[in-house]
Amino acid sequence: MHLKRIYIRLIILLFLSCSKEDTAYEPTPQLLNIPQLFSDNIIPPIIPTNNPQTVEGIALGKKLFFDTILSSNGTQACASCHAPQNAFTDNTPTSDGIDGVFGTRNSMPLFNLAWNYGERFTWDGKELSLERQAEEPVQNPIELHSNWGNVVSILQMHPEYPELFRLAFKTSTITKELTTKAIAQFERTLISANSKFDRYSLGETSLTPQELNGLDIFLSEDKGDCFHCHGNPNNPLWTDNIFHNNGLDTTFADLGLGGVTGDPNDNGKFKSPSLRNLAYTAPYMHDGRFATLDDVINHYSEGLQNSSTIDPLMKQINQGGVQLSDEDKADLKAFLLTLSDPSFINNPDFQN
Amino acid sequence: MKKILILIVFAVLSFTSCGEDLDDNFIPTTQTTFKFTHHWNDEIVTNADFNTLQYTNEHGELLSIERLRYVISDITFVSGNNTQLALDDYYLIDVTNNSGLNFSTQTEIPSGTYTVSFTFGLNNEDNSENYLNLNSASFNVPEMLGGGYHYMQFDGKFINSNSEEQGFNYHAIRAVDNPGANPTFPQDTFFTVNLGAITVTGNTEIEVKMNIAEWFKSPNLWDLNDFNQMLMPNSTAQIMMFQNGQSAFSLGEVAEIIDN
Repeated sequence: MHLKRIYIRLIILLFLSCSKEDTAYEPTPQLLNIPQLFSDNIIPPIIPTNNPQTVEGIALGKKLFFDTILSSNGTQACASCHAPQNAFTDNTPTSDGIDGVFGTRNSMPLFNLAWNYGERFTWDGKELSLERQAEEPVQNPIELHSNWGNVVSILQMHPEYPELFRLAFKTSTITKELTTKAIAQFERTLISANSKFDRYSLGETSLTPQELNGLDIFLSEDKGDCFHCHGNPNNPLWTDNIFHNNGLDTTFADLGLGGVTGDPNDNGKFKSPSLRNLAYTAPYMHDGRFATLDDVINHYSEGLQNSSTIDPLMKQINQGGVQLSDEDKADLKAFLLTLSDPSFINNPDFQN
Repeated sequence: MKKILILIVFAVLSFTSCGEDLDDNFIPTTQTTFKFTHHWNDEIVTNADFNTLQYTNEHGELLSIERLRYVISDITFVSGNNTQLALDDYYLIDVTNNSGLNFSTQTEIPSGTYTVSFTFGLNNEDNSENYLNLNSASFNVPEMLGGGYHYMQFDGKFINSNSEEQGFNYHAIRAVDNPGANPTFPQDTFFTVNLGAITVTGNTEIEVKMNIAEWFKSPNLWDLNDFNQMLMPNSTAQIMMFQNGQSAFSLGEVAEIIDN
């Protein structure tokens, strides 16, 4: 009988020790702060089930995003080409990496990335998730020009990072996968939804007659017809997040999506960028060829170049485009600038 | 042994009691699946056939398809005794991305024979709703054109009368005049597609065929040289689309799906 009691106590102790493991450390879940305009109008963001947002993961991702430790000579970080004051893009047509060599594409601005439902990232759609995208710049020879083996070793020997990884992912053994997961978590928090137009949509402010006329031009199929690719007031992303040939060239030095899919019908197609934050994201287009917003509007008005894959949504191509008057152009520009969000570029959560 | 016997009796009783739930009047419900297929007359069309000038419309223009997506809604089953089962739903059928072509209704349908119909586009009441899926797909119609949603976006290119390749945007919406703050609506341009009598037994798959060529054929012989782009604010074009679309859909195969 005595032995039986001992056995029972041992079994209880065993269970108790198990329950101690159950109460072990867990990172703190951190839901995305979804703006009302988004939850009212569009479907929820995409968060991978294997990379949930956590307070510690986001903090680690932010530190990594701004840390030059990811480059081989310690001179550049993600933020070097994706600067907060430029809505996380660069202010040059293309960007130079650590060796001073320039790439061929304009750095894409980063915001509202969790609402990219098709999950094709970058101008040509090459990267199929934010996590995978974050792998590329580190090892690209004209960007951070490092290799993941070295980066992981350096992070592992760092006085702070192993503990930060433990807090974020419950392991202090650093891997490429965990590093890119953390960066992706931070990038998903980069939400922009407080432009003048957002406040207008919420009934908190009004637009000027010029801005309202610009909206009319944007939405009119027989004027600007911008909305078929760049969304509308019911879609606060201001992009369709898909790929179009918008008539930049007659032949293609850069195949864009076609270079990824191998389908010649995709040649010359690039992702529609969001029109949010245009005030901070010049120069424009996938190669940064247009220095100003006026240049962009002039392109659609009278600069279209025909090619076999030009999108059928492009109009009056023989005349170069939709032939806006100077007044219409000015009004359209005034409207487009209402989509810029100063609180986004100044958000202290997004600064180094 | 006695315990085993008791268990057996109990198990038999349990199964018997389950069997008693079956009622003589019980009509089993079925999972009903719709499968939308697309054709150019007798030729099947998928997104693999897009982007190539290979179809000739009734008027004689050679054309390609680059984008095709549309909304259907309010699938309705009417039984022989006029009992109506109206499903208040909508579906975006996106041929370009090969998505939404097959879907199961959210409501299971009791076995039986029904007259089955659906709405091409959205009726005016539904069209005034806020649909997050359609907003996310940028399928909206601007407010100055009455708001709501496209019924269909059908884009492509054709060889015009100057032998040049030109784009077309056959976009069907609610016909509208006087675009602006107070648009007016000359007539409704959503329409009902009646698939006729269908017997639903077991898990049934209903094929709905869209003959794309019909949009250019009858009663309006569509000349793409006259109607190609900027058709949304053109109520004449919208009413022609409404008229031509009536013959675009037909019932294909109805099959019982056997689960393996």
